[in-house]
Amino acid sequence: MSGLRGTRRPSWRHRLLRGALIALVMAFMAVLVLLPLAAVFIEALSKGAAAFMDVLAQPETVSSIKLTLLVAVLAVPSNLVFGVAAAWAMTRFEFRGKALLGAFIDLPFSVSPVVAGLVYVLLFGAQGWFGPWLSEHGVAIIFAVPGLVLATVFITLPFVARELISLMQAQGSEEEEAARTLGASGWQMFFRVTLPNIRWALLYGVLLCNARAMGEFGAVSVVSGHIRGLTTTMPLEVEMRYNEYDYMGAFAVASLLGLLALLTLVVKALLEWRYGDELAARAPRGH
Amino acid sequence: MGHKRRRVLPGFGISLGYALTYLGLIVLLPLAALVWKASALDANGWLQLLSAPRTLAALKLSFGGALLAALFNAVAGLLVTWVLVRYRFPGRRLFDALVDLPFALPTAVAGIALTAIYAPNGWLGQYLLPLGIKIAYAPAGVLVAMVFVGFPYVVRTLQPVLETLDRDVEEAAESLGATRLQTFVRIVAPALMPTLLTGFALALARAVGEYGSVIFIAGNIPMRSEIAPLLIVQKLEQFDYAGAAALGTVMLGFSLLLLVAIALLQRWSGRWAERGA
Repeated sequence: MSGLRGTRRPSWRHRLLRGALIALVMAFMAVLVLLPLAAVFIEALSKGAAAFMDVLAQPETVSSIKLTLLVAVLAVPSNLVFGVAAAWAMTRFEFRGKALLGAFIDLPFSVSPVVAGLVYVLLFGAQGWFGPWLSEHGVAIIFAVPGLVLATVFITLPFVARELISLMQAQGSEEEEAARTLGASGWQMFFRVTLPNIRWALLYGVLLCNARAMGEFGAVSVVSGHIRGLTTTMPLEVEMRYNEYDYMGAFAVASLLGLLALLTLVVKALLEWRYGDELAARAPRGH
Repeated sequence: MGHKRRRVLPGFGISLGYALTYLGLIVLLPLAALVWKASALDANGWLQLLSAPRTLAALKLSFGGALLAALFNAVAGLLVTWVLVRYRFPGRRLFDALVDLPFALPTAVAGIALTAIYAPNGWLGQYLLPLGIKIAYAPAGVLVAMVFVGFPYVVRTLQPVLETLDRDVEEAAESLGATRLQTFVRIVAPALMPTLLTGFALALARAVGEYGSVIFIAGNIPMRSEIAPLLIVQKLEQFDYAGAAALGTVMLGFSLLLLVAIALLQRWSGRWAERGA
């Protein structure tokens, strides 16, 4: 115990430990994360590029891509507007039950996707609360596109709100109050002061929300009914091909979702790197 | 902080009203329908459902498996966070970005990819099988999928805290003669504990309800590798709505419990952060 050897001891033992830990973490992450990612693309191309392109051109694939885009185009903006409204109310005003509201906003993150789909079947399915009324009026929600959108909205509801609440809380309201005092109208204040201050966090939230919306499987699978060409999004198309033993086809469609995931990670890393300070005013995340 | 200053800003009524209505219609009303439907089941029905061996086995696998996976992720996540924050090495930023892959990769894609790796004829499975290790189509496969989906939670909750942890205290401890292990156990671990528990709880919540990545690799053998969410789907397919709702309510109840635990943990870790500052 020689206490006065200095605070840093870059002894060979320490260097060895450090090298071993780095190697262990790299090996662990390579097996856990990199290997599955590689498997997606290698299995997709296992029968050659021509067979891969052939799968992508099939009408089932094309319609699943279109449906996935449609669901995301409806669900993401809807949660974007909610996120802005919720963050404004929660960070600019004091009211009773605020903590409870925050907890409810986070709730969809901890609910099983299957439960998220189930609740809409119980509301709008043939046996549900509104089921008989809906079928009388010829409106289909379950086993149809509206159900897919609702389940996706449920699952992705917290993403934008969460990003904005933590940022706007940290930013405070001085600039907005100044704008109001100088005579700006509510909308002028919002578009000239608030929006420029939160734009990168907004984009960050939308990015994560969109990735989850396009990739959601469990909730969507419960309400979809798996009608080929009508209610199968890309993740469901992956499942159907896989269950029909069309492994290569399943991985070909999956590889598109894998590309989406990679693109999301790249844009996310760029946003964190370039606009880290504006994403979180307090603690920069990830660098 | 006065009331007058707050009142300067417009839009309180409309923003709160919109948020509450939206949340009510999308989340709360549907969840109420779930609990209402489950209440259609009488005591006998509940008993029958929950004492059925298949239900018990599925609940045990979902909860027990999620617990094991979250424990593993707590240890592995701590190690990964430590290496990413404290050490500088080539490729560090790449590995840092890759931590989020399980968040970004759709669960169905993860499910079939993990199966391709761990199936008996798979990339790794073919070498593990002769050693007597069967992962895919067995309970171990469920664990692998749960570890995969829960992995980012521990790292991403620990990372900002470890980054802001004051290293002067550690260096002071070491200059006073503490060994590295002593410094870690006495200084670092207590400061990280609330955050580590938060990450653990988040990973647990995710793994308990996980469906997409698990069902492909699990093989879904009743009584052996069948998870609770899959049982809900099967009950729905057999038009047993009350049974599905009852199982769903059990899972929802657990989610709410964890949510409360996470909120309390975050308050606790917030106190730690204040004390550290």
